[in-house]
Amino acid sequence: MKGTRMNSRMKGARLAKGVMKQTMGRLLRYIFRYHKAQLIVVGICIVFSSLSTVASSIFLKTLIDDGITPALINSYDIEHTFRTMLGIVGTMAAIYLTGIASSFVYTRIMAIVTQSVLCRLREDMFRRMQTLPIKYFDTNNHGDIMSYYTNDIDALRQLLSQSIPQMMSSTFSVVALLIVMLTFSLWLTLAVLACVVFMFWAAAAIGGRSAKYFIRQQNSLGVVEGFIEEILHGQKVVKVFCHEEKAESDFDERNEQLFSDAERANRYANILMPVMGNIGNVMYVVVAFLGGVLAATGAQNVSFQGLGLITVGTVASFLPMSRMFTMSVSQVSQQANAIVMAIAGANRIFTLMDQEPEHDEGYVTLVNCRYRADGSVEECDERTGEWAWRHPHTADGSVTYTPVRGDIRMVEVDFGYEPEKLVLHDVSLYAEPGQKVAFVGATGAGKTTITNLINRFYDIADGKIRYDGININKIKKQDLRRSLAIVLQDVNLFTGTVMDNIRYGRLDATDEECIEAARLANADDFIRRLPEGYQTMLTGAGSGLSQGQRQLISIARAAVANAPVLILDEATSSIDTRTEALVQQGMDNLMKGRTVFVIAHRLSTIRNSDVIMVLEHGRIIERGSHDKLIADRGKYYQLYTGAFELE
Amino acid sequence: MLKRLSACIGEYKKDTILSPTFIAMEVVMECLLPLMMSKLIDHLYGEDVLQIVKFGCILLAMAFLSLTFGVLSGMFSSKAAAGFAKNLRRDLFYRVQTFSFGDIDKFSTSSLVTRLTTDVTNVQNAFMMLIRIAVRAPFMFLFALAMSFSISWKLSLIFLAFIPLMLVVVFFLIRKVKPMFDRIFKKYDALNDSVQENVKGMRVVKSYNREQFETEKFDRRSEELRSDFTRVEKIMALTNPLMMFVMHTSTLLIAFLGATLIVRTFGGIDAAGVWHWGELSTGQLSSLFTYSAQILMSLMMVSMVFVMITMAGASAKRIAEVLDTDSSLTNPAHPVEEVANGDVEFCNVNFKYSKKAERNALQGIDFKIKSGETVGIIGGTGSGKSTLIQLIPRLYDATEGVVKVGGRDVKDYDMEALRNQVAVVLQKNVLFSGTIKENLRWGNETASDEELIRVCKLAQADEFIRSFPDGYDTVIDQGGANVSGGQKQRLCIARALLKKPKIMILDDSTSAVDTKTDALIRKAFREEIPDTTKFIIAQRVASVEGADKIIVMDGGRIDAVGTHEELMQSNRIYQEVYHSQTRIGGAQ
Repeated sequence: MKGTRMNSRMKGARLAKGVMKQTMGRLLRYIFRYHKAQLIVVGICIVFSSLSTVASSIFLKTLIDDGITPALINSYDIEHTFRTMLGIVGTMAAIYLTGIASSFVYTRIMAIVTQSVLCRLREDMFRRMQTLPIKYFDTNNHGDIMSYYTNDIDALRQLLSQSIPQMMSSTFSVVALLIVMLTFSLWLTLAVLACVVFMFWAAAAIGGRSAKYFIRQQNSLGVVEGFIEEILHGQKVVKVFCHEEKAESDFDERNEQLFSDAERANRYANILMPVMGNIGNVMYVVVAFLGGVLAATGAQNVSFQGLGLITVGTVASFLPMSRMFTMSVSQVSQQANAIVMAIAGANRIFTLMDQEPEHDEGYVTLVNCRYRADGSVEECDERTGEWAWRHPHTADGSVTYTPVRGDIRMVEVDFGYEPEKLVLHDVSLYAEPGQKVAFVGATGAGKTTITNLINRFYDIADGKIRYDGININKIKKQDLRRSLAIVLQDVNLFTGTVMDNIRYGRLDATDEECIEAARLANADDFIRRLPEGYQTMLTGAGSGLSQGQRQLISIARAAVANAPVLILDEATSSIDTRTEALVQQGMDNLMKGRTVFVIAHRLSTIRNSDVIMVLEHGRIIERGSHDKLIADRGKYYQLYTGAFELE
Repeated sequence: MLKRLSACIGEYKKDTILSPTFIAMEVVMECLLPLMMSKLIDHLYGEDVLQIVKFGCILLAMAFLSLTFGVLSGMFSSKAAAGFAKNLRRDLFYRVQTFSFGDIDKFSTSSLVTRLTTDVTNVQNAFMMLIRIAVRAPFMFLFALAMSFSISWKLSLIFLAFIPLMLVVVFFLIRKVKPMFDRIFKKYDALNDSVQENVKGMRVVKSYNREQFETEKFDRRSEELRSDFTRVEKIMALTNPLMMFVMHTSTLLIAFLGATLIVRTFGGIDAAGVWHWGELSTGQLSSLFTYSAQILMSLMMVSMVFVMITMAGASAKRIAEVLDTDSSLTNPAHPVEEVANGDVEFCNVNFKYSKKAERNALQGIDFKIKSGETVGIIGGTGSGKSTLIQLIPRLYDATEGVVKVGGRDVKDYDMEALRNQVAVVLQKNVLFSGTIKENLRWGNETASDEELIRVCKLAQADEFIRSFPDGYDTVIDQGGANVSGGQKQRLCIARALLKKPKIMILDDSTSAVDTKTDALIRKAFREEIPDTTKFIIAQRVASVEGADKIIVMDGGRIDAVGTHEELMQSNRIYQEVYHSQTRIGGAQ
């Protein structure tokens, strides 16, 4: 699992350029939509703050040229010098203050913007996730989905709060410095630009190598972490077989590979900075020489100030500026990696947000009702315990009501998780209200698939499913699911009290109703023995409880929902037969008066069903009561007598 | 904790020391470069070509040196960090290999996985920062300070006045922010938990139409996190401007005082046009400027490192916890290497999983099994069946009482020798990625192919293995996903048989195997390994019916011991289990 996660991360790291640009644009639009005013202020502040940085590079020159040097040459008196310099320093103080104030303002605003963008992204992502079809969760790695909320959001936080402002301010400084440099000398500026080209080349060469090994490192990290996961999950088996030493040597082999890839990946990344920095230093010397030569030979200078001679003063002032210029350039290139990573993350987040939500064209709704004296149905708002399907007819505007009874029919249903691979063929069945229908068959025979279709987690390819005579495609999914309670083999409990978890079945259930449901499921007894009874907090999906206890809570949860149809998908398979016999009583109570679909591989669980369907390769091969199937001496009989194994 | 972790540097000590050394040298170059640059500028004014060339060459040489030092330190530090992480992972992995079942339970598998993966990565990154920036920053700070003092100690006093002020400010900020961050991390975890619950339990969410409910719950948490995070970041946004304010104030003071100092002490320009500087030259003033920038930068780096290290601190603590855990089971000083026979005896054994547990998981267990007997164990979920048999190969130690194998206390044996003679097929059994052959050879690395086939025939696995296109060379996916439950169980039994143990334990290991095959396996056991003591835990009465002895467990105690017939007569639980499985038609 870990391995696949790594792979999908790597794929993301190598996004096509077009996609990068598109995602960046979308991200910026996303941020701009809600924070236009704030971002404009941030932009202005960044301009001010980088202007003040640029100004500080000329500060010294101004101080020397306009303050100190005239004073020295003309031997001004102290008071005069003092005043001039106070003026210069004062101006500079004002500039610094503006710079500091703007950098404070933009960091602060960016912090607010970043957090609210991340918060909105998280919420949008979660909201969209809640609307996605079950297919999404069945076909995507859960670890991958989790990492959208953790790693990818985290990368975006860095991007928004650090990389983007720094990138903007460095870019702006680069432009501003370029203009200032051009006011000094075109020739010297060209020399600097030549060096920058060289820097870019070096950055691309080293960065490319680093990226290559970085991908290899991610690969071997995936291998090592996958190995750790596999061995640790089987650690008890390792112990039982005294296999520790072998595991260690296998581990060393993989760990060594990771070490060598990681070392190289980081080596190139670490080298980049000194290389860039020292290209800047070399450039400094080159420009100094060039300037010196130009000044000595009295060459023509071209600048924004027009033509003229290059003076030593020009060169001297130009040099610190050029240094600052190359530093800003290397800062920009430093941010590049972080930005690429963050955009790849943003792309994954947007991909999730672009997923098609579940379609729902249903218009038949579930309503509370009461029966009039003549037996007709009347809709009402309060809970009556009676339910009806409200069926509006668009043709004449009339509304008809059908009482909810729990009659489910499947007619010649075909279905495949992938269109070309059918897993159910021509399945027809009917369950009358109050009947118990069981499915038996090997893993992959299609038992769970059938229940997935009834509550429309998946839509059928061909055929019809009717609920109380209504095609389930016409029923609003919410209402359809409200009329079906489900207990699954893998119990999912949520962080909260036991009471909260039972109430999950129906939010407006009172405490008494929840306790009643727990009693029905035979769960009341053990819940009361928990440290804080019904108020005991469950964390980590109820890890403090045994599998059987968790299952009982999930049965109570289904009981509270009080739906006319109940689906039990291997609900008791993790409970031993004797305890199951105890639970069975509760289950029988729960099933009374409801249509029930039961899936179980333990035949003792389903023996007393009204109808048993034996599934094989997506077809119903036998159907009938236990006694009939035994009498038929078919597949069921073989299963029952132990001639065949399931799973 | 630090000592624990730094032990993992191991053979990369050289790199760990060389890396900061070269960084220090690089910093020296970085600090000398501006000085040389200002000299070069000074000489530009003098138009002394020889001097310009001289300083130009010095500068180039220094740039070259700085590049060399930078590259070397980069290489050493990447090696040191990758090596440190390698050793850390290795030590953790080796440590976990020594863990007893109890230790594994204590940490939980998923938490161990996190500690070996995410936590190691965090610590590795912090280590890299530590040997690069944590050395660079203070060194740069000290060197820049020293240089500025050498230029003008009077002016540099200004730094001395302002830096402590800045440190105090930063210190208070961090102290204020740290607990806030701790709280945020907790909330972050809670938020992630809620995402995980939803991703895993989406079927439940959708079945009960709780999409809206969950979204609102999530929004509340997300909103809370946002407001907490914003509060902290707003405070953090103060750090840099405050530092800049302090530093710029001192720069301006230096500029002003420096400029007046230059003017006041200027010696004039002589007839040859040579400038006679007093206490300070303009070149030196510009150097001072550069140094003040470097001091500012180094202080910012320090605060960054500080944040990084506090963040990695939690990971480091979790790693150290694992490294500090000594296995709760150890070999005796003079271990017995030979297990005499398959006799098993429990003498008044009590057991609890942890000291803190309120109730004993096993209470007053007392029985004696002779070599070669078959023992069935039956009982409800949580009745202590698995716990009982795990004491035999000393996967856990009895809390009170003695467990004997071959007539000796299990604590007297060398653990490996004992476990080689006691084969357990665990309830939650695992196959590893690799071929079937490789998986089977876990039982005995040197087993011949014939031997493999023999045990597979015993475990009724040979037939289905041969039906695979690649036969015994079929590759098993991770977790054994490509074989059915019943096939997996039979492979696990074959694997255990390969050990040729004196005691064989099946912990509900045939639950997914059909009853006919189940019976065949038991028959093979009876006929082919008659001298091996066999323990069979089962849900199905049919699986234990023919055993010499059946132990009925209930709530951690032995409820009864006897043969099938005896128990059917006298034991209520056994009768109930029997009837729950044979009653036909439920209602009848």
